[in-house]
Amino acid sequence: MKILRYFGVAFESIRANKLRASLTMLGIIIGVAAVMTTMGVGSGAAASITAQIESQGTNLLTINSGGSRGNGPTSNSSGSGATTTLTRADAEVLADKKLHPELALVSPEYSSSTTFVNGDKDSTQQVVGTTPEYALIHNLTVTNGRFFTQEEVDNSSSVIVLGATLASDLFEMTDPVGQMVRVANQPLQVIGVLKASGGSGFGSNDSRAFAPITVAQGRLFSAPRYRGTYTISSISIKGADKNQLDKAQQLIEQTLRLRHGLGADDANDFTIFNQASLLESLNTITTTLTLVLGALGGISLLVGGIGIMNIMLVSVTERTKEIGLRKALGAHDSDILLQFVIEALVLCTLGGLIGIGISYGITFIVKLFTSSFSLIITTTALLLAIGVSSSCGLIFGLYPAMRATRLDPIEALRFE
Amino acid sequence: MSIEQKIQTGRPPVIEIKDMTKVYVMGKTEVRALRGVSLTIHEGEYVAIIGASGSGKSTMMNMIGLLDQPSTGSYHIRGAEVSSLSKDRMADMRNKEIGFVFQRFNLLARTNARRQVELPLFYAGVASGKAAKMAVAALTRVGLGDRTDHKPDELSGGQQQRVAIARALVNTPSILLADEPTGALDSKTGAEVLTLFDELHQQGITLIVVTHDMGVARRAQRIITLRDGLVISDEPNEKQQVTAPDAHYLEPQANEQRLNSQPNTTSEAESLLTPSIRESEPVHENS
Repeated sequence: MKILRYFGVAFESIRANKLRASLTMLGIIIGVAAVMTTMGVGSGAAASITAQIESQGTNLLTINSGGSRGNGPTSNSSGSGATTTLTRADAEVLADKKLHPELALVSPEYSSSTTFVNGDKDSTQQVVGTTPEYALIHNLTVTNGRFFTQEEVDNSSSVIVLGATLASDLFEMTDPVGQMVRVANQPLQVIGVLKASGGSGFGSNDSRAFAPITVAQGRLFSAPRYRGTYTISSISIKGADKNQLDKAQQLIEQTLRLRHGLGADDANDFTIFNQASLLESLNTITTTLTLVLGALGGISLLVGGIGIMNIMLVSVTERTKEIGLRKALGAHDSDILLQFVIEALVLCTLGGLIGIGISYGITFIVKLFTSSFSLIITTTALLLAIGVSSSCGLIFGLYPAMRATRLDPIEALRFE
Repeated sequence: MSIEQKIQTGRPPVIEIKDMTKVYVMGKTEVRALRGVSLTIHEGEYVAIIGASGSGKSTMMNMIGLLDQPSTGSYHIRGAEVSSLSKDRMADMRNKEIGFVFQRFNLLARTNARRQVELPLFYAGVASGKAAKMAVAALTRVGLGDRTDHKPDELSGGQQQRVAIARALVNTPSILLADEPTGALDSKTGAEVLTLFDELHQQGITLIVVTHDMGVARRAQRIITLRDGLVISDEPNEKQQVTAPDAHYLEPQANEQRLNSQPNTTSEAESLLTPSIRESEPVHENS
């Protein structure tokens, strides 16, 4: 292959002119590193948000009591939300496999904040009253002890499961399992401690506690009733099929509207959150973010490419004599064209590879300093960077190469 | 091919130029650089083309070197008409038929001697392993067999010019075309280059030297003088300053007899070449 030999010529020329070569590459190095790093930030943010949401469980639907206060199609709600109409009976109907086969797991939830006391230590945190299904739906892992059972729910047993942070706040180094804790002045036995989820704030279970829903509704908080049954604050549902979540959402809506006796003109007195559509909209946001960041990096890549063209043009002028000599020694115009184009191509690709190396270095450094967030360099970004930098070489190398080709060997040889 | 064999084949003409003119158009003025030049150069000749600046000798060199094409007239090199050749064919002819030696050496910066000499072979498509061997052989031929890894800034002017000569010779061209080959050298290193030319001439290479320096021209067998784009004289150099006067282009028969009476001419010349260069070159040379 004749073309391969020009790569040798290009490498030789780069080696012989290291300063010129590295200055030429600088723009591309910075450009590629910028694109890769910013896109890595975008992808990393997307992945970490998605991971956090999915750590709460997958295929999730959450029904909250009260109509949507947003600007949805049902926003002309009149008086809904004042009273909670979502009840345990609603949850039981949804859990009925005969009526709703599309729902794998259904768990009612009644939550409220209260004070936890153990000896001289106290802490005000949320108690989630629920059923054992909740642990399955939300991927709760018990590291010490166990979660409560359906039997304990049915018997209103005085048991509680603590989040990791709450457990260490109340019991410090001692083993909390088997000990008693006073919650809203009721003594409850700790039967399990959850695994620390690491995250804090949004959706973290570390500082919450979980008790049987019967205990929470009756003894701890005396929840309001609606049509004779205890109301609940929400229902967590795991869909049977990831692709049927939207369909499941519609079926739930039908059932609940029917049960709540809502007419055609009435707004929903409940709100359904679909995890899939949440993820979808988050993905749209992060993709846009990644694109914007990538475009910013792309501008620096463009500047880098123009820099290459500049230096290649200067280099053609500087090397007029060399070009004339090569022509005198028998180089065809195509030889000169190929030599310069391939030299630009090699420079840009080399610069691109160095840029990629730098962005991997940045990723590594970021990893050293934070564990919650990481830069993610996707294969797409990698291929894009290599592709863009080599096409930069081709595009921005072509014009200088054509200038070189057009040089008259006589003039070129006489050039001083 | 030995000199004897070449003589027996009747010394074909290498360059045949008939009524060559060259007109440059510069804006509205026409410059008639050549105004009808005819000349024939045979294989093995050592020719000097002299003339003052503006005489057309540079244009002449560009024409012979296939760097430019004549406006009218014909030019045959080794029997091939070149005025109708494409750019690429001209490049191929420059590559294979002509070796160039320039006043300012025109070596590539920061490139070692061997790579310099390999350059014409690269464009001839010679495989790199073979090209390296050929390059080293050519450098050895000009007495730089031990300088193959040196870069131009590590070589004296005379050595650089010899690298350029090795580069010109490596593709075994028909013609070695030198443009003021000693112009950038001091008299001592210039003399070394001219001695090398004498030796190459004795090996049978066709040498054409373009110069304004009579001292250089006197080394040739034949001196062609140009003035105002015309040949004003073309005659054998009676006072040629070489030990082996070689006027065979005038009397091929006589030469054949002389060479036949000295059957070892070629091998002697080759065996003499290297030592003579070594002697003329001090170990540390400043230029």
